[in-house]
Amino acid sequence: MKEILSGNEAIARGAYEAGVRVASAYPGTPSTEILENIIQYKEIDASWAPNEKVALEVGIGASFGGGRALVTMKHVGVNVAADPLFTLSYTGVRGGLVLVTADDPEMHSSQNEQDNRNYAKFAKVPMLEPADSQECKDFTRLAFELSEQFDTPVMLRTTTRTSHGKSVVTLAEPVTGLPAPRLERNAAKLVMLPANARRRHPFVEERTIKMGEFGNDLAVNRLELRDTTTGVITAGISYQYVREVLPEASVLKLGMVWPLPQKLIREFAGKVQKLYVVEELDPFIEEQVRAMGIAVIGKEIIPICGELTPGILRRAFNRPEPAVTTVEKLPGRPPNMCAGCPHRGIFYTLNQLKAYVTGDIGCYTLGFFPPLNAMDTCVCMGASIGNATGITKVLSAEERQKVVAVIGDSTFLHSGITGLLDMVYNKAPATLIILDNRITAMTGRQENPASGFTLMGEETFQVDLPQLVKTLGVRHVQIVDPYDLAESKRILQEEMARPEPSVVITQRPCVLIKRAGVFESGEPLEVKIELCSGCKACMKLGCPAIVWQAGEGGKGKATIDPLLCTGCNVCEQVCKLSAIGEKQ
Amino acid sequence: MSDKITNILMVGVGGQGTLLASEVLSETLMQAGFDVKKSEIHGMSQRGGSVVSHVRFGKEVHSPIIPEGDADIILGFELLETYRYLPLLKKGGRVVANDLRINPSVVSTGGEKYPEGIANKLRQLVPDCIILDGLKLATEAGNPKAANTVLIGALSKQLNVDEKYWLAAIGKMVPKKALDVNLRAFQLGRSV
Repeated sequence: MKEILSGNEAIARGAYEAGVRVASAYPGTPSTEILENIIQYKEIDASWAPNEKVALEVGIGASFGGGRALVTMKHVGVNVAADPLFTLSYTGVRGGLVLVTADDPEMHSSQNEQDNRNYAKFAKVPMLEPADSQECKDFTRLAFELSEQFDTPVMLRTTTRTSHGKSVVTLAEPVTGLPAPRLERNAAKLVMLPANARRRHPFVEERTIKMGEFGNDLAVNRLELRDTTTGVITAGISYQYVREVLPEASVLKLGMVWPLPQKLIREFAGKVQKLYVVEELDPFIEEQVRAMGIAVIGKEIIPICGELTPGILRRAFNRPEPAVTTVEKLPGRPPNMCAGCPHRGIFYTLNQLKAYVTGDIGCYTLGFFPPLNAMDTCVCMGASIGNATGITKVLSAEERQKVVAVIGDSTFLHSGITGLLDMVYNKAPATLIILDNRITAMTGRQENPASGFTLMGEETFQVDLPQLVKTLGVRHVQIVDPYDLAESKRILQEEMARPEPSVVITQRPCVLIKRAGVFESGEPLEVKIELCSGCKACMKLGCPAIVWQAGEGGKGKATIDPLLCTGCNVCEQVCKLSAIGEKQ
Repeated sequence: MSDKITNILMVGVGGQGTLLASEVLSETLMQAGFDVKKSEIHGMSQRGGSVVSHVRFGKEVHSPIIPEGDADIILGFELLETYRYLPLLKKGGRVVANDLRINPSVVSTGGEKYPEGIANKLRQLVPDCIILDGLKLATEAGNPKAANTVLIGALSKQLNVDEKYWLAAIGKMVPKKALDVNLRAFQLGRSV
């Protein structure tokens, strides 16, 4: 049977066909839809973990128990999961374990574009890289087989274009006859204290050599001989661009990008006149080919930054480009916080208070953009709190008061708790705002330990954020309705002035939550046009529902789009002329 | 089947149903026996950003994204977005555009101006481009939200794919309670 699937849907299907028992992940673009789709296969226990390190540890546990486990995350998530990953390489597996790293060249939705192929080499684990959805499914199955055959975790690397691109996939039946999970003690393999780890390290080195040799005959490393003037070594999505732009060239398509099949590479290099490596981001394959003493052209002509496109390859290989229509510079269309978003009022207030805001990863990072302009730093998940602690250590007492860390509920639970523990323990006089909107919003509304529901949709314990924060030792915890601007401002001023750690928790659900009884839209507001002076105070909120209507001689008035307005009343509070209110 | 690859670029604004429309299109093409690839970027679309979906079909498709300047058809859900992506259109390529203006945030806050006369510019640059009022036709079909299906209907006239595949794909992808409205919307778009 054929279906048109995204790479993420195909990986979920591949996991099902491979007999996976447990799947764990923390959402992160472009990986999120793998677990969202895996829940259709009732044989798989799928769950959101609070962060990627926990997700991998859950997967490792399932593997040690003898079941196959899939763990998925975005590229930067592997940084969080790196600690267990590097030692898992030594222990190896019982049930197969596959770690999907979904990389984001071009940073469509990320803070950096690290090339996680480097992790495979660094952690000494094999890595497969599919080039379309069929391969996403097939390579997932293959990865589980290799994992058990070679006693190793296997990484599967996708990129945004393979994760989110759709193509035709032929489905297969799931495997049968896998051994039932049960306890089996093997401390010499699974207890990594120094004496055991010293014995496992040579095994890891031998495994890499064996897999490199195995790769010479592995079907996913494929020699495609055509015209031999030009030979290209490539992998993943880059393969598709090479086939598009250089249809006549000979290609060595690598399905396994670590360890490399050296014999096959030498054979290919010997058959072609001029050898190229075409790969996105780092010269990962190129450097290894050079180290083998083979002359190759790579990053001299292929960019190291951003994703590749057929157009970039045309230019790199001097292929003709079509004439195109040009258009003048147009207004952009950047994303914006939704109308009624509970974050808007808080960032408006932070801007008014001239706070120095250490930011974090989530929808609220959009508070950086004008007209809110209320974010000064953003590094990684959870960094807002440690950054605030550190910055207060070097500032004068007066400047210290301006420092406010801002983090969402899901990001706080991901990696903010330890930062807050440090803030309290080491007496940093900063203020933390936890924006509790009851969901992991940015990645598309996933459940988390503060939402009260699991990935499978079951009700579960809902963590009490004020209680948690108090338990960590924060003595000053205030809860505020972010739709109430005056109260938000009063409380923030009070806590910013306080020379000790304090936490403000805003409580309002994300307007996109669809579950009944969580977010209820109010009646849309309207501008009483005769009262509007055109002062633009409401425009400083940057709400997409408030639209400026230009008038004569540079004058104009604000209007409200009733289809977008949720009636949050925040704009009503900033209008000094009482021109905004409920419809009469 | 010839080796020719047909490239369709769908552009719009988050929330307009562009992605659902591209799902219907690619399902139709797969049912009709073509190799199909589709590429788009998720994540920011629900937050009012620009949405772009590349759909390519033929005997064997490699790249999931359309090479620059190779789009055969641009299906535009909004005027500014249609105009923005004209540089990706092949010389002699076709445009089917929704006659709708959605202000980007930089315009609604009064900072920048929405360019005037986009429909006329499109007509000048792409002589036989089709501009239709998707919202009006969808309302006529029974629900203004079905404007994306009106546009799919208009696109279907530009492609040599049997009508039964379109109807089957709409039947598969659209929720049951909205099916009648969407089938009417498809026919209204198809008869433009």
